[in-house]
Order: sequence, then C-alpha cells, then structure tokens
Amino acid sequence: MAREKLVVIGNGMAGARLLEEILDLAPERYDITVLGAEPHGNYNRILLSHVLSGEKEFATTILNDEDWYKRHGIKLGLGSPVVAIDRIHREAVTEDGTRTPYDRLVLATGSRPVILPVSGNDLPGVQTFREIKDVERMIEASRWARRAVVIGGGLLGLEAAHGLMCRGMEVTVVHLVDRLMERQLDDQAARLLEQTLRGRGMRILLGKETESILGDGRVQGVRFKDGTEVLADLVVMAVGIRPDTGLARAAGIHCERGVVVSDTMQTYDPRVYAIGECVQHRGETFGLVAPLFRQARVCASHLAEKGYVRFEVASTSTKLKISGIDLYSAGNFQGGDGTEQMVMQDAGQGVYKKLVIRGNKLEGALLYGDTTDEAWYYDLIRQGTDVSGLRPHLLFAQAHHCGDSGHSGNLSVASMPDDTEVCGCNGVSKGAIVQAITEKGLFTLEEVRAHTKASASCGSCSGKVEQILAFTLGGSFSPAPKEKPICACTDHTHDEVRKAIREQHLLTVADTMSFLGWRTPDGCPKCRPALNYYLVATWPGEAVDDPQSRVHNERVHANLQQDGTYSVVPRTWGGLTNAAELKAVAEVAERMGVPVKITGGQRLAIPFVKKEDLPAIWAELGKAGLQSGYAYGKAVRSVKSCVGKGLCRWGTQDSLGLGIRMEKTFWGAWTPHKFKMGVSGCPRNCAESTIKDFGVVGVDSGWELHVGGTCGVRVRATDLLCKVASDDEVVEYAAAFLQFYREEGHYMERSSGWIERVGMAYVREGVVEDSDRRAKLAARFFHAQKFAQVDPWLARADGRDAHEFAAMMEPAAAE
Amino acid sequence: MSSNWIDIGGLADIPAAGARVAHTPAGRLAVFRTVDDKVYAMDDKCPHRGGPLSQGMVYGHKVSCAMHGLNIDLATGEAVAPDEGCVRRFPVKVEGGRILLDLSAASAELDKGAA
Ligand code: SRM
Ligand SMILES: Cc1cc2nc3c(=O)[nH]c(=O)nc-3n(C[C@H](O)[C@H](O)[C@H](O)COP(=O)(O)OP(=O)(O)OC[C@H]3O[C@@H](n4cnc5c(N)ncnc54)[C@H](O)[C@@H]3O)c2cc1C
Ligand code: SF4
Ligand code: FES
Repeated sequence: MAREKLVVIGNGMAGARLLEEILDLAPERYDITVLGAEPHGNYNRILLSHVLSGEKEFATTILNDEDWYKRHGIKLGLGSPVVAIDRIHREAVTEDGTRTPYDRLVLATGSRPVILPVSGNDLPGVQTFREIKDVERMIEASRWARRAVVIGGGLLGLEAAHGLMCRGMEVTVVHLVDRLMERQLDDQAARLLEQTLRGRGMRILLGKETESILGDGRVQGVRFKDGTEVLADLVVMAVGIRPDTGLARAAGIHCERGVVVSDTMQTYDPRVYAIGECVQHRGETFGLVAPLFRQARVCASHLAEKGYVRFEVASTSTKLKISGIDLYSAGNFQGGDGTEQMVMQDAGQGVYKKLVIRGNKLEGALLYGDTTDEAWYYDLIRQGTDVSGLRPHLLFAQAHHCGDSGHSGNLSVASMPDDTEVCGCNGVSKGAIVQAITEKGLFTLEEVRAHTKASASCGSCSGKVEQILAFTLGGSFSPAPKEKPICACTDHTHDEVRKAIREQHLLTVADTMSFLGWRTPDGCPKCRPALNYYLVATWPGEAVDDPQSRVHNERVHANLQQDGTYSVVPRTWGGLTNAAELKAVAEVAERMGVPVKITGGQRLAIPFVKKEDLPAIWAELGKAGLQSGYAYGKAVRSVKSCVGKGLCRWGTQDSLGLGIRMEKTFWGAWTPHKFKMGVSGCPRNCAESTIKDFGVVGVDSGWELHVGGTCGVRVRATDLLCKVASDDEVVEYAAAFLQFYREEGHYMERSSGWIERVGMAYVREGVVEDSDRRAKLAARFFHAQKFAQVDPWLARADGRDAHEFAAMMEPAAAE
Repeated sequence: MSSNWIDIGGLADIPAAGARVAHTPAGRLAVFRTVDDKVYAMDDKCPHRGGPLSQGMVYGHKVSCAMHGLNIDLATGEAVAPDEGCVRRFPVKVEGGRILLDLSAASAELDKGAA
C-alpha cells in the first residue's frame, strides 16, 4: 500500500513533538514532509531566554538537527513559509512556489508577537522576542547599545529584560498594569518580585501606557501617554501573542481567535489538523508548552488511528526562568468567592506562599522564594485530592508532613507518590521516571531525558529528576561512579569523546566539537588541549595538530618563566652528554649572558631566553646535535639513568646503555600527562626508578619493570609490573604500557592516576598476560612514533610558525 | 575625540583563535583574533602579575593568561568573575584585511565594541 502523505506546517515546539509522537506510534504509516519558515532544524524555544542571558549557547537548544530528519526519512523544507493551502488539490504552497501534496495536513504555525499599533513601531531597533533571530539581533545590539526598554512586564518581558541585563545593558521595563506579571502573581508576590528585580538594577515603570516610539532613522526613545519619555537604543515589545491563523483563514478554515479545533485536534476540514499556539479549543488559546505537547500526542494518536484520546484542558503552572529567582504559580491562586486562602510570609527570608482552597480541595498555589514543594501542590490541585486532613501542615511542605526534619533531597523524593508529576512541560510522573530507570538501566540525567522527556524542555525540574535518579539507583544498584564531563562546554566525558574520535574517525578539534554538539564555538582552555591530545594520539599522521589548542608551553616548545622569558632544555640522552654539546650550551649561555641550570631531570637548562631569540638558539644548539628535551610537554620527558655495570662496581646491568636506547626510542611521543622514565643498574636504584611513570631496575637475571610512580604533588611509589630477561623485552613492554596509557588515560592524568582508576590487574592483563595484545599495543606505538619523532626545534629554527616568535610590529617600526 | 588609525598588519598575520604582539608608540600591545575573526587589542599585561596576555589561549571572546590562567573578556578588558582586574583596550577595525588600531584613545573609554 502506498504510504499516505502527511504534511506539517510549522517546525516549532508543537510540530516537532508531533513528529516524535508519530514516529513512536506509527513510524511506517506516512511519508512526512515538514515545512518550516525558520531556517533551522527544530530548537527549544523556551531556552531562548537562556540564550539571551548567555547561560546557554544556541547550539545546545537544538532538539532535532537536520540529520535527525534524514535518519527518519522526513523531508524538511526550511526557510520558506507556506503561503497558501490549496484544499481542492490538497497541496501546500510555499513562498518559493513549491507545491507539496498532502493526504493529511497539520497546522502548527504557533503565534505571532503582538506589535503595539503606535507610531515608530517599525523603526530599526524595535523588536519582538520570539525566534532565535530576534535573540541574535538583541545580542548584536547589546554589543554597542547601552539602554534597552522592554515593553511588557509579563513572563516573557521580564526574561528578556533579565537577559539584556546579563548582556550588560541598562534595562527599563515598562508595564501597562500597576504590578508585574499580573496574570501569574497576586499583589503581594508581584511586589516581592519587583523589589528583587529593582535590587538587581532593573528599572521598572508601572502603569505606563506607550504612546509612541521616538527616533530618527533608528529608535531613540519611548514616549508615554502621561507625557514622560525614556531614552532607548533598543526597544523590545513583549506585550502578548496572537495565534497565527493567517494561512488557515485564507484557506477558508474556520477560525475565531485561533484555528478552531475539536477534541481530536481536527479543524473544520477533517483532513486538516491544528496543534499548538495557533489553535483555539473550546474557547481557549494556549501559551505554554505543556498543553501543546498533550495536543501533539492526541493528534498523533488520531493520525495513527490508535486509540481514541481526547484533548482535555487541565490547569497549568508557570515558572519564571530568571536565575536566582524562584517563582511558581498554578491553578487559581487569586482566590475569589467561595474560596479560602492560606498565606505564609517570611519577609526576612524573602519567602511568600499562598494556597487557595475551595471546600476540601486545593485550587491554586503561588510560591515565591521557596518552590521546593511545587510538584506536590500541583498534584493535589490536578487530582482534586481531599486536603482537609493535611491542612495543619499544608503550608509547611510535604517533607515536613512526612516527618523529614528538613534535610529535604532524597527523603522528599522517597515520599513522593508515584503519580506525582515531576516534569510539568512534558507531563512525566515520578513513576514513569523510576520505571524507565529500572527497566532500561539508565544512569544519567541525559539518558532519562532521552527516554522519558522529563526535564527536556524548560529544564527547571532537572534537579528533581537527578534526585529521583540518585534515589532509585542508590538502593538496588551500585552504579559505576559517574564520570564528569570534560568541562562546562559539553556533557561528554573523556571516554565518550575518545570513543567518538575513534569511531567517527574525527581528525580536527572543530569537527569533534561539532560532532559532539559542543556548547561553545571553540571550547575553553580545559577541553581544547584535551581534544587535541586525543586526536593526535588516536590518529597519528592524520589528525590535524592545532597549535592554538596546545597549552602555551607546548605551542612555543619552551617553558615560560616568571619574567616572561623562557628556559631551553635540550635532551641529554640518558643523562649522558659530551664536550661538544657542553660547548654549544656554554657558548649560547655566554653570548646571552645567562647561567646554566642543572635540572632535576639530569639535564642542562638555559634560562632567561627571550621569545624572539628562541629559533636562533635552537639553530645553534641543533648544529651540535642537541634537540628539544620536551621539558615543556605532556610528553615523554627524560630517561634518568645511573651509570650501571660499565662503570659502577655494583652494577648488574647496563642501565646507561638501556637508558639511552629508551630515550632514543620513546622521545617525541605525546602522552596524557608528562611521562618520565628511569633505569637503574641494580636495586640500590640510584636513578630513582621506583618513582617514575616507567621504571626499570636491573637484577641479576634481567630487569624488573615498575609502573605508575610519581614524585610531584603527591608521592607514589611504583607497582611492579613484571620481570623480563632482555633489553628488547624492556623496550616492547614499555612501548605497550605507554601506548595503553596513551589510549586510555584521561588528559592531565598521570600514569599513577590512570592505574588507580582502572586497577593494576587491568594494566597487567593488557600488557603482561596477553602477549598478542602487548604486541599490538607496541605496534601501534611504533607506528605513531614514525610521525612523532620530528624535532620541533629544528623545524622552528627552519622557519616553521615564524609568526609565533616575531612581533607584528617591531619596536623600531613604532618610532 | 580625534581618531588616528595606524595599520599594524594583516588579519591573516594572526592565526584564528590566536594572538600576536605589536610594539606600538602606546607600548607593547597584545592583538587577538578570535575564531570568528573579531580583533581586539589591549596592553600585553595581565592584571594579575603582569604576564604577557598575548601568550594566552584565545577561546570564544576571552583569553586565558598563560601564566596562571586568569581569564580576560576581550570585549570589555575585564577579568572574568570570580577574578578581578582589567586591562586597557584600544579601538580596532579591520578594513580590507588590514588591522587598524586607534592609539589616541589611550584611556579606552569605549562603549562601542571593537570591530
Ligand atoms: C627545570 C625543572 C626544575 C629544575 O630546575 O630542576 C622543572 C621545572 C618545572 N616543572 Fe618540574 N621540573 C623539573 C623536574 C621535576 C621533577 C623531578 C624529576 O623529573 O626527576 C618532578 C617530580 C617528579 C615527577 O614528575 O613525578 C617535577 C614535578 C613537577 C610537577 C608535578 C607533577 C605531578 O604530577 O605532580 C609539575 C606541574 C605539572 O606538570 O603540572 C612541574 C612543572 C614544572 C614547570 C614546567 C612549571 C611550569 O609549567 O612552568 C617548571 C618549569 C620551570 C622553568 O623555568 O623551566 N614539575 N619536576 C626540572 C626539569 C627536569 C627536566 O630536565 O626535564
Ligand atoms: C523566550 C520564550 C520563553 C518561553 N518560555 C516558556 C516556558 O518557560 N514555559 C513554557 O511552557 N512556554 C514557554 N514559552 C512558550 C513556548 O515557547 C510556546 O508555547 C511554544 O513554542 C509554542 O509552540 P508552537 O509549536 O505552537 O509554536 P512555535 O514554537 O512558535 O512554532 C511555530 C513555527 O511555525 C512556523 N511557521 C509559522 N507560520 C508558518 C508558515 N506559514 N509556514 C511555515 N512555517 C510557519 C514558525 O516559524 C515557527 O517556527 C516561551 C516562549 C518564548 C518565546
Ligand atoms: S618545584 Fe618546579 S614548579 Fe615549583 S618552583 Fe621549582 S621548578 Fe617551579
Ligand atoms: S600573570 Fe596572568 S594569570 Fe598570573
């Protein structure tokens, strides 16, 4: 049977949710086309407030990217609005002339912001707050403009005002009514809010009616009916929304304030459905996502011919998304005839709670300053619970009522009944979350979000969801300790990033960030070096090593010292040097007039070198055969060795010879953190091998191999890895161990930390017990070395990265 | 306020998400280029202990000092909270791929963001 054609107009919150619901219920039934006027995949409009305030990057608000549509075989037409619906031929016509045939059509066109009909309302700099492009314009304006006026003191207006303040603007909120958010707050709460906002520096003008927007070529101010004026470089109108019915009306579909729909979300044309803010259902229109998501579900189940769900209006709740302000209201909190009110106010703590009761039922709740019990109240309201028995405790929270003497958290989650709604936007109950956690084995907030949608929209219940997660896992499970994300730019852990780089063959820092949905355009000083290391270590010779993602010393190949000069530490293989090398060092030091320091790593350091002199010095040292010692790198450092059997009367093995061989074999390798080695000729251990990342100690029958030592911030002696008989084996085992650590260690984790994380048994298993695995690890290491062993100093002495060492404008040119 | 733009080099002379030093009549300046090709100029001196800001890592519109990691917001010259301090900025514009600095506003009283 040919599939029926389903066309969805509007790729917003309701339209996108509908797609997900249909894919869930009847993935094979329709050929789906989505036509959206905005040039993006679908994003979470609610979070625009956080994008404006800078708390979130736009990229993180994307719900489904274009790839998602591809994967699900949904055709996506973006950036061109539908301008007509031809109901006779059953086609949707877009602005560019494309005609898309349909068997069923869904209108999800949302609503449009109201623009006040005053003169000057079309001046550049006057704008609304609805789409990402509005936010982009506001952010752009905030870069140079100083004063913003937000007209409208409702939820949206205040979130806009807060966002602009975060962007550094002076903001005035102008409101027609004499108190803020009159639809969500009573007088008392509105005053508290006003006080708090004023305290943060927001200017608030109440009872002001806008007469005109002033400006010559661009907005300059706002004039009010009372004759007063305020200056403005930017005016944001947030005075309400109007269902977007233009398209439906023009097609002859019955509309009143919105597109009129039945309980199954059908319009007067039964082939045409409508959902979201564009609809009017039993006389009501909508402005929050919770009812829209329920509409999407009803519509999807009807389209899928599954069951017979009807849309019913339920009481809604709202929250203000301004960081640091806890404000919640639900149901009828204004009171009125036949109701009683319970009020609790603690001005000192800035807490105000009001409950409205009718008969024995809770009808509304208003919470300011302490919203911990919102879910409980909301439940009592929705379920019409008889609260007469709870009255003495009602104001003092569920936790109190249940005997929890105040350490909230887990206990209140524990006592929460299963049908308590945790996520208001998506209507997800505690029971559904617990069930998903236990049945699907979920461990993280992201997983719960993906499986249940709880906390996926406005995000304000994330904390509760996490508590439920902790509570549910805490008992019967002993989950692996949760790995933390690399940094605040991402939710991905080190291991997840490495896995993606490996599996997706990612080769650049930028591609990795874009593949994993980084929240920031180019990361931060924490993640960028980590990504760069993972790339270089995973794809030697292929990955692009990004100098700008290297920490400073590695980028410059020298150690920055406290006066801004640098130290130069060449390799002295195994700690052995000779007259020619010493002469070269001495000459440089003499010419520069600086001393020579003998380092703790058995080498020579030339301090106080100016950055611009580095390439020349490297060239000079290079002539004597000296090359970079990587004293600046998360890389193989020195191989410290003692004199050994050739010279020492106790020596059982040639530690100096092996030390030199090892340094020549391993130099140049990048590692998660610095990697130091030591080779001692006998158990007297003069090379301090047992505090090295890889330590070798000679014994009569061969060598003992030790790993995971360090002597930095925290001293840790090595663990014994195994004993081997020959020098060749030492090299093979060291290569395998090094590679194992390179592949699995987290960036900035010394080998000691890695071993403590994964366990010595695991390390032994990979390197010692499984000879095949050892050989493969070593082979991978030697493959990587082919690309790594290029002396960075020589390359720079020859002119590489010249811009790094020369100023743009030299002192002479400044005269 | 009269402006006096001087050409200090090409945009291409600074790597994206990188910085260079420029020795100008107003002193040693750090000139930053962000990943989205905005250019900022300021004294090459960290408010913490005078480290060379030009050596730091540039990310977003911030730089993290190479010495001890203090972060400076390039657009304002202010340290990113919780750190404190600020750096003197200079107006910059990029025209035809050239970077121009205005050194006359040494007091850097700037509300209009740099190019
Ligand atoms: C030059 C040297 C001190 C000296 O004059 O002897 C040195 C100098 C620095 N050490 Fe070191 N360390 C030096 C031997 C050591 C040693 C001893 C050793 O290697 O035998 C240790 C303890 C052993 C170990 O690493 O386990 C050591 C433990 C550290 C640590 C702590 C590491 C840890 O895991 O706890 C740091 C900090 C870091 O790496 O994050 C550090 C960092 C530094 C830095 C690079 C700090 C920085 O970022 O600027 C210093 C550069 C100063 C400069 O002006 O060049 N240095 N550092 C030594 C160079 C050895 C070489 O030839 O390469
Ligand atoms: C800044 C902000 C903060 C908000 N915060 C909250 C909150 O905290 N909680 C809450 O519950 N709600 C909040 N809302 C409201 C919520 O975002 C809306 O209720 C919801 O987005 C409405 O969904 P919708 O699909 O009906 O409309 P929209 O999401 O607006 O989607 C409609 C889409 O249809 C497109 N379209 C319109 N006409 C056409 C056409 N002719 N052809 C093609 N495409 C067309 C539009 O471009 C748009 O992309 C907020 C809204 C904003 C703007
Ligand atoms: S111990 Fe290392 S890091 Fe500390 S001052 Fe000495 S060289 Fe610098
Ligand atoms: S000198 Fe810049 S952080 Fe210390």
